[in-house]
Amino acid sequence: MSATDTPPAPPAEEAAPARPVRGRSLRKRLVPYWLLLPGILWLLVFFALPMVYQASTSVQTGSLEQGFRVTWHFRTYADAFADYYPQFVRSLLYAGTATLLCLLLGYPLAYLIAFRAGRWRNLLLVLVIAPFFTSFLIRTLAWKTILADGGAVVDALEGLHVLDVTSRLGWTEDNRILATPMAVVCGLTYNFLPFMILPLYTSLDRIDPRLHEAAGDLYATPAATFRTVTLPLSMPGVVAGTLLTFIPASGDYVNAELLGSTDTKMVGSVIQSQFLRVLDYPTAAALSFILMAVVLLVVTVYIRRSGTEDLL
Amino acid sequence: MTQQQTTGGDVRLTGISKAYGSFTAVHPLDLTVPQGSFFALLGASGCGKTTTLRMIAGLEEASTGTVSLGGTDITALPPHKRPVNTVFQSYALFPHLDVTENIAFGLRRRRVTSVRERVAEMLELVQLGDFARRRPHQLSGGQQQRVAVARALINHPQVLLLDEPLGALDLKLRRRMQLELKRIQTEVGITFVHVTHDQEEAMTMADTVAVMNAGRVEQLGSPADLYENPRTTFVANFLGTSNLIEAEIVSAGTDVVVSAGGGTLRLPGSRCPAPTPPGGRLLVGIRPEKISLAPATDAEPAADGRNRVTGRITESSFIGVSTQYVVESPAGKALQVYEQNVEHRRGLAPGSEVVLHWDPAHTFALDATQDMDAGVQSVEDAA
Repeated sequence: MSATDTPPAPPAEEAAPARPVRGRSLRKRLVPYWLLLPGILWLLVFFALPMVYQASTSVQTGSLEQGFRVTWHFRTYADAFADYYPQFVRSLLYAGTATLLCLLLGYPLAYLIAFRAGRWRNLLLVLVIAPFFTSFLIRTLAWKTILADGGAVVDALEGLHVLDVTSRLGWTEDNRILATPMAVVCGLTYNFLPFMILPLYTSLDRIDPRLHEAAGDLYATPAATFRTVTLPLSMPGVVAGTLLTFIPASGDYVNAELLGSTDTKMVGSVIQSQFLRVLDYPTAAALSFILMAVVLLVVTVYIRRSGTEDLL
Repeated sequence: MTQQQTTGGDVRLTGISKAYGSFTAVHPLDLTVPQGSFFALLGASGCGKTTTLRMIAGLEEASTGTVSLGGTDITALPPHKRPVNTVFQSYALFPHLDVTENIAFGLRRRRVTSVRERVAEMLELVQLGDFARRRPHQLSGGQQQRVAVARALINHPQVLLLDEPLGALDLKLRRRMQLELKRIQTEVGITFVHVTHDQEEAMTMADTVAVMNAGRVEQLGSPADLYENPRTTFVANFLGTSNLIEAEIVSAGTDVVVSAGGGTLRLPGSRCPAPTPPGGRLLVGIRPEKISLAPATDAEPAADGRNRVTGRITESSFIGVSTQYVVESPAGKALQVYEQNVEHRRGLAPGSEVVLHWDPAHTFALDATQDMDAGVQSVEDAA
């Protein structure tokens, strides 16, 4: 190996120009690992260690006064699940509904931005991201005003008798939206919509518009073109978008806390209050792991079913 | 829909044009493509040939005029309702479908039965039987091109539109695909409308060529007719090479005599643009391969009755089959001459004084008001 075909060496290597070839190639082979190191360290300190710590917490018993000790008390898991399974079911239900709404609202918008927006494309993309300029908390609080009793939204929906229908379905109560499941789902949908739109946009934008022309040329109606060409090719975006929406939404507690009531608590709220108010650390840790397992299971089944492993 | 569809009729464009805002891509043009013919739209990029094709396909809405197919007006029909199919320049194969499903796409949309047999037949025709289950990205450019052709042909369209289908292929493969497309066209007998910027490609494949320039059809005819009797400088220069010489008419009759570069040249009156009054100006044209060269030192270099021009060779390049000379003369600064390499010629090195001579019957003339250099060098593919 001559000096000319070696890429610029890191400073350490300059000091040893006369080193034998083997030493050099070994150093070169180690470069990728050095580059990995910062990331690995970060994950180790802020992901792996806390996970181990939480796992151990979840099998401890004791109290704040006497201290907690690892007693391999797996009953905590069973008890936690038995006590809080309604919140689990609710979490998955709300997150699932919000994800579906995000998909229904986000897909047409992403499609429009990708194929029809022309020179407005960048502006629209900025508008999609614009909510991130304000804090998550403030935006959620704003929804409190939007959905407030006697507000324009409630009045309009009441006038259209929509609230009668939603009340019958159990989504709203007594002609109000705030503190009902509908409010929580609305908040979740709003907050996670950009996470749906952006991956959808990315995968739609990658589709060559000439494929649409080709499909039309081959006797596909616009609807058939969408069904047979656009939708299948945008599946990676659909999968990525639903995961980016569903996973954080199912663990979210801010929307349930601010827009919901005690009847709409999600598992995130429970974990938060177990940690910070009840100070029952083992139960909180166990709930976290159960949530993780459930989400992992749902996601795995979903990816398998959507058949997009090779597209991801 | 069955094979009977192919017994459609002519494609007729009437006053069709396309404008994008203030830019006119295609000026109103009338064009008839006879059924079963191999028709080429030839022109440099941006001349409106692809836009014309897309208007036939319905992918572009015509600003004015009508498109009809076998007597039926199809101007208002969306692409999926037109009995035409397109082979796109980039092929536009569906990346998520394998070769079989790409080819079957049109049949499935029309709910045709016996898809499997017809796909198999088509794979046979384009010789891709072994690749039925491959995805497009696993195929070479030439194979993708054949899938694109098969995907369009399987629908038995009345007209197959080809939009520079060979543009992405390398030269050798392009030559092979030209022959293959020609074979397929003869075999299936469908009307092909082929858009290309490669004059050689158009001439090898098509029965009729329409040369387009700046949104207009400059001339339409068989390849040989266009080559031998160009009517504009653009056609003369775009199709092959022409030597154009500015000349003034001396006398007109069955033979027209013109003066150019201090000498006189003769040409048949029938090959002149309509009015030829003495004193008028003409552009006299002669193809490089029609000219013979003789060293000026030869006592009697050319027989009587031939057009003669004297000059000096400035460049010569040997290209195997022939040698190409550039000759500087009073009649033109850089006259091109192609000489067959039949025997070794003495006295034809750069710097030698030579006499160019050719049969007056091979001379053509063009209206002198045109730009002499129109269409020169606009073919990127000089090979």
